Amino acid sequence: MTTQTLSFYNRVDDALRDGSLRTALDRATSRFIGNRAAALAALAGPDALRDQARAIRAYALAHLDELLNQLSDNVEAHGGRVCWAEDGAAARRYITDLARERGVKSIVKSKSMASEEIHLNTALEQAGIEVIETDLGEYIIQLANETPSHIIAPAIHKTREQVSALFTQHLGEPPTDDVPAMTRAARRALRQRFLRADMGISGVNFGVADSGAVTVVENEGNARLATTVPRIHVAIMGIERIVRSFEDLGVMLQVLARSATGQKLSVYTSIISGPARPNESDGPEEFHLVLLDNGRSQILGGKYAETLMCIRCGACLNICPVYQAIGGHAYGGVYSGPIGAVLTPLLQPDLPEQHTLPFASSLCGACQEACPVRIAIPDLLLRLRADAVQQGKAPPIERLAMEGYRVLMTNPALYRASGKLGGIASRMFGRKRRFRQMPPPLHLWTRKRDFPAFPAETFTERWEKRRKSDER
Amino acid sequence: MTTSQGRRVTLFVTCIVDSLYPQIGEATVAILERLGITVHVPRGLTCCGQMAFNVGFRDDAYAIAGRTIEVLHGDDDVVLPSGSCAAMIRHLYPELFADSPHAAVAGYLARRTYELTEYLVDVLGVTQVGAHFDGAIAYHHSCHGLRFLGIKDQPRKLLEYVAGAKIVSLAGHDECCGFGGLFAIKQAAISETMLDRKLANIAASGADLVVMGDASCMTQIAGGLSRAGSPVKARHIAEVLANRV
Ligand code: SF4
Repeated sequence: MTTQTLSFYNRVDDALRDGSLRTALDRATSRFIGNRAAALAALAGPDALRDQARAIRAYALAHLDELLNQLSDNVEAHGGRVCWAEDGAAARRYITDLARERGVKSIVKSKSMASEEIHLNTALEQAGIEVIETDLGEYIIQLANETPSHIIAPAIHKTREQVSALFTQHLGEPPTDDVPAMTRAARRALRQRFLRADMGISGVNFGVADSGAVTVVENEGNARLATTVPRIHVAIMGIERIVRSFEDLGVMLQVLARSATGQKLSVYTSIISGPARPNESDGPEEFHLVLLDNGRSQILGGKYAETLMCIRCGACLNICPVYQAIGGHAYGGVYSGPIGAVLTPLLQPDLPEQHTLPFASSLCGACQEACPVRIAIPDLLLRLRADAVQQGKAPPIERLAMEGYRVLMTNPALYRASGKLGGIASRMFGRKRRFRQMPPPLHLWTRKRDFPAFPAETFTERWEKRRKSDER
Repeated sequence: MTTSQGRRVTLFVTCIVDSLYPQIGEATVAILERLGITVHVPRGLTCCGQMAFNVGFRDDAYAIAGRTIEVLHGDDDVVLPSGSCAAMIRHLYPELFADSPHAAVAGYLARRTYELTEYLVDVLGVTQVGAHFDGAIAYHHSCHGLRFLGIKDQPRKLLEYVAGAKIVSLAGHDECCGFGGLFAIKQAAISETMLDRKLANIAASGADLVVMGDASCMTQIAGGLSRAGSPVKARHIAEVLANRV
């Protein structure tokens, strides 16, 4: 991706200059935020439900081995096959080999962040297999040759005007700003692909351990087609995306839909437990479940374990003022927004500059407040920052500044003396003088903000004076 | 006000108030003394160490915070005119000092540390402090106080009793102003974008005064207002409550 070769700061600057991006993000995130708030407000006890959801995720992570084995055994008992993929390469190999062995020429995919994470499409295309994304957003970015910029709304960065232009270019559709018309055009183009495909690939929202089922939620019906029409269905699931039972699933689906889009429930919830049975007319002949580790078991049990509670609802992206300003692509990794700033350094440690991502936050905490399972994202970002510093990744000037800050703040005498500098500055520049320009690195402050005038005396000096006069 | 008479609190004005806004520290003293509280300011208090902690320099933060917990020893309640620094002590010191010999002391300090408005409303049960201001006031919720200390209604309760003041609503009152410590410099462009939005909301609110509980956010917002030539003034809530606008 070209965006990955630029530095994070350049990508941010480009993003901030991009007017269409701002329009698209403003429209979509404010709609998501409003819908989510309304959906949660409609619940009798949204906080209790979120606590319950968090407890369910905590249970699943604490019993991950056991639940995964149970899921795997049950899937196999239903006639499915399970691949335990330690990393992206293993998952890619399994799926491309399977496609080759079965003579697969054409694949339809429904939305899957796990498949994005392992760059599955590239591998399949290199093996000479045609891959078509069937989620509308994914289809749009596939036409545009881009990556998703949001966990649940991959084309959120595109305005409807830009989408129409893409459809005109690739599908020969007349320009329009009517969204339903664009959706119909995409459906027409995709219908043939569904019928032609010999394999369908989907993600998994939750695996259900005790019944050997996987759940896929969506709003367009494309995932239901992709998982039933072609003769082979491959589902890719991050190993952490598991729950104990249908009872737990019920809670998770409620918080997922409400947090993601503000729906009570997504339009389609498919529960898939293996291939079509001998007496069934619908469903694929083969079902394969790829359990993707790709760094997750390393995270489990450590100081970032909470990250694995994430159910990929996207609420933290929508609410984040940084995400709202720069969009998803600026983050450079597959996952963006606050949770992306945590996931990318953990899951894609080789990505250049991934260590800068945890610094792309004002630590305002809106993400944690919005998160259905209350992941303490700011705390995780702070730990990643500490790791980056420990690995020597901090800029030398910052190292120096912190040295000075520590010396100053651990020496009260020096600290008080430095307070006198403010007094001197106050006499030099005047008590009312606000600063419109400061020397580097504070010039970055004064680009758009004045710096306050220095007081003649610090609080400490004034308090000392008062204490002395009290004593007299 | 029976609960406040005769109490003693330790005041930690924070480094930014100390060196840039001594008037906020004095306003805090005035409010507490008006309630009959004895205010103690320990000698040698400097900074909570948040700036280093926030950018990942935990060793430096540990050195600074280690001194601070020593200076703040004792059994007094500790009050800060800052949600952010109070959150550092209450929410982050326990992590910073976990597995250290200071863990217990840091934990005890965290339990007796309060931001000013929560101390007034929740601990003392005080909402009327005899303040007046003629004009429209909008309140900006600073992030750390709001989300890490749960300071949501306390400032509003106090402002409702400011005689003559009209409290106006501020769109995005709980959205970050973009300060974020070194974030304001390290990610200056993003910080400025966030500030622009805040300034637009302030302008639309019709307020004469935008009030908040943190001097750090105030530096960002006041800096933006002043650069934009806005007639709106940014003030710390202690200044309003002490009639020192
Ligand atoms: S971190 Fe929380 S809010 Fe963000 S995507 Fe994951 S579950 Fe949703």
